[in-house]
Amino acid sequence: MAAERRPGAERPEREYEKVAAPKKGRSASAQSKPGRSLALILIAIVALTGGMFVSGHTTPRLGIDLAGGTSITLKAKADQGSAINKANMDTAVDIMNRRVNGLGVSEAEVQTQGTDNIIVNIPRGTNSKEAQQQVGTTAKLYFRPVLASEPSGAAASPSPSGSPTVGSSPKPGSSSSPSASSSQKASSPGTASPTASATTQGRAVTDALKAGSSPSPSATPTGGSSPKPTPSASGGTDTAKLQAAFTALDCSKPDDRAKAGNNAKPGDPTIACGKIGKGYYKYLLGPAAVDGTEVKKAQAVFDTQGASGWQVQMTFNSTGAKKFADITGQLAKNQAPQNEFGIVLDGEVVSSPYVSLAITGGQAEISGSFTQQDAQSLANMLSYGALPLSFQEQSVTTVTAALGGEQLHAGLLAGAIGLALVVIYLVVYYRGLSLVAMASLVVSAILTYVIMSLLGPAIGFALNLPAVCGAIVAIGITADSFIVYFERIRDEIREGRSLRPAVERAWPRARRTVLVSDFVSFLAAAVLFIVTVGKVQGFAFTLGLTTVLDVVVVFLFTKPLMTLLARRKFFANGHKWSGLDPKSLGGKPPLRRTRRPAGPAAGPVDPKEA
Amino acid sequence: MSKLGSLGARLHRGEISYDFVGKRKIWYGVSILITITAILGLAVRGLNMSIDFQGGAVFTTPNHMSTSVAQAETYARDASGHQAVVQKLGNGSLRIQIAGVDTAKSDQIKQTLAKDLNLNPEKLAADLVGPSWGQEIANKAWEGLAIFMVLVVIYLAIAFEWRMAVAALVALIHDITITTGIYALVGFEVSPGTIIGLLTILGYSLYDTVVVFDSLKEQTKDITKQTRFTYSEIANRSINGTLVRSINTTVVALLPVAGLLFIGGGFLGAGDLNDISLSLFVGLAAGAYSSIFIATPLVADLKEREPAMKALTKRVMAKRAQAASEDGPVTAGGDDAEDAAPAVVGPRNQSVSRGRGRGRQAGKRR
Repeated sequence: MAAERRPGAERPEREYEKVAAPKKGRSASAQSKPGRSLALILIAIVALTGGMFVSGHTTPRLGIDLAGGTSITLKAKADQGSAINKANMDTAVDIMNRRVNGLGVSEAEVQTQGTDNIIVNIPRGTNSKEAQQQVGTTAKLYFRPVLASEPSGAAASPSPSGSPTVGSSPKPGSSSSPSASSSQKASSPGTASPTASATTQGRAVTDALKAGSSPSPSATPTGGSSPKPTPSASGGTDTAKLQAAFTALDCSKPDDRAKAGNNAKPGDPTIACGKIGKGYYKYLLGPAAVDGTEVKKAQAVFDTQGASGWQVQMTFNSTGAKKFADITGQLAKNQAPQNEFGIVLDGEVVSSPYVSLAITGGQAEISGSFTQQDAQSLANMLSYGALPLSFQEQSVTTVTAALGGEQLHAGLLAGAIGLALVVIYLVVYYRGLSLVAMASLVVSAILTYVIMSLLGPAIGFALNLPAVCGAIVAIGITADSFIVYFERIRDEIREGRSLRPAVERAWPRARRTVLVSDFVSFLAAAVLFIVTVGKVQGFAFTLGLTTVLDVVVVFLFTKPLMTLLARRKFFANGHKWSGLDPKSLGGKPPLRRTRRPAGPAAGPVDPKEA
Repeated sequence: MSKLGSLGARLHRGEISYDFVGKRKIWYGVSILITITAILGLAVRGLNMSIDFQGGAVFTTPNHMSTSVAQAETYARDASGHQAVVQKLGNGSLRIQIAGVDTAKSDQIKQTLAKDLNLNPEKLAADLVGPSWGQEIANKAWEGLAIFMVLVVIYLAIAFEWRMAVAALVALIHDITITTGIYALVGFEVSPGTIIGLLTILGYSLYDTVVVFDSLKEQTKDITKQTRFTYSEIANRSINGTLVRSINTTVVALLPVAGLLFIGGGFLGAGDLNDISLSLFVGLAAGAYSSIFIATPLVADLKEREPAMKALTKRVMAKRAQAASEDGPVTAGGDDAEDAAPAVVGPRNQSVSRGRGRGRQAGKRR
């Protein structure tokens, strides 16, 4: 731009091209449009800031250590036969998310970190203890009797043939009489307490459903002997509510699916969705009859004798076996769909086999038109509960709100002190040039802040203490890019160039140095981010982010600003406060003398400025 | 400032310079000595690993506790059955560390402790760590370190050359050894925060080295076309030329870290801020030292072994001998690095008068 407007300025320009650097074309064009780059970065800042205000996230999301809360790190253990891979980890994260958020905390978050860690962050104000217990538990699997079920959503095809059968395993002679099983239960209310109370409600629900489905006579007598009066008292309204919820439930909607059956206690009836074949079914389920922990083992086997293909064999422990015998005994007497039980994993029905006769002996098999994969995944779920992997607590950090606030305060204070020290140093050393450096630091800071704020909702980025640390350390890296450039400019001036060519000539070299060194810095951050876990990751993320921003700011802001400032007399004439005074830098006069005519205003104005 | 500025100018023109490369043997010796001390320290004293590496619990009470340290220690010991370490922090809160308890048990301890201290359990910040957590972080860090080193050597070998890559790697290992050595000798506690700081040094130490190398590469581009300087001499000039920048970089990097250290150590007393900034501080200082005194001289050493460079050195020496015998002015057989050309032409003798001019200006300014 300068070269075009003023004929005089062309000479240094040419000179520069002749003497100097290989990349003439690019640097020349970059130089000619400093306004464009500045406009670009200003637009970017305005757009990002606007976006920040529009999105309503005007502050970065704070991590647990700054906002208070509980952070739990879990490590997957590879001792269950299922491999620690991405699919399994993702499943585990999904399930934990459901569990934690099922506690009524909407802001809890669960993320994988590294290859085998899961971090659960629960904001303060939650019962951290309960959350902690919920999260890592392997089995949240229940066998619940089905009270009603029907296809849900438009996509569902009403094909009841999909539901598998439960048969007793190889062991024959399992047909104990239903009456025996119910009397057994009545005699042992201690172990079967969920079952007993279950049946009470079961009956109530069934009664409510009478119009639609056939009554279940077997449930009624047992229900009468229930030792718990409370549920039956409130049962009426609860049941009605549940019935309404069941009618309203639309399982084809992901939202409904996620919400259905949340907060359901094992002892209460609930509603749930399940995907059977290609369509969704909704279920009204009785209280849990058997707990998932009572399944000792489950495996997928191919039935070589019969024609049933892939099936799942499961073995219960002794209490499980007893309960399973009871429930199957009852169910076998009912008609469809009340002869089914739902295998409910974290509120979702994964399978609802029907029972044709009571199964005792603790061994059962589920058969249906399973593929090998179906059978294996069902077997996995039955053996390990919802989580495909088992987890070990690595660390549990509870930070009180007060401590969090204090740490945030300390971090900000440290940042302010660090920044102030750097600014003082820059001012003392670079004088007028430090204005450029400070403006660039400010731009960099704004960009960092805005992007951090936006990344909160976008990718779940949370600013934690190490991340604050990373940002503070990055002040040095960012400032260093200016130092590299300024020192280059000064070197050029020392060789006798006037400012404008010096700025342009210094740029290609400074640019390369900045790129090379920032690349190394970014590489370190990237490797750390990918490989490490926990706190290190937050640190690496900020470091990487600020390194990238550093390049952006130097290219789009510092350099164009320098080009523009080089046209100002204050800097171009090397005012002694500009930090570019050739005399105090020890520049050589000869080259400068030949440049004098280049800036016509240069000579005379000098004294006035001083 | 202007003193440093003019120092920069004189360094740039080569009026003053320190012979980093020529005296490299001394600095190698110093580094080897430090490294041996560091390794001895590591071997004999070992690292003081924080609770994160043994498993245990750290509880932090709210500010302004009236309970005394000794009393809190008794409470903690009673609650856990283990020895407890209690620190009073700058803000009056207590930091109670109990090693060797697992996460399940530390939950109980928390409840008991809260009762003893007359606190709501929710007011007691707790950091419960399983025994393998610190190890996990450390292992991951080692993994990261290894991957980073391989990548960076490949990158430097491509962007510069393998000799520089090797020298940078040596400097990096040197920095890390020294930092861990200092940790062992002084007995600072090693926590995951320390490891974060240590890992950051990786990037930073190399960052500094890379800048020197970049200038070296630029200045030695056409080295074989001239007979004025040997590689070592140019290398030395690169160091001197970027010395002001290196100092500035280090100062600017250390200032925020110093801020962190001051706040982390003085205000919070302990914790991540303190750990990160302490290791950063030590590592940054070591990094600045190694990029100047170790990395570049090492490159020069390696480079001088090349036949082409040996030949160049021979030619330069021959030329100098000839020039000395003729006692004539030095006329260049060719330009050295193009960038340095004007500087060589420039009048070195004028520096005195210019220095005076600068002095006058400085006087006027204040």
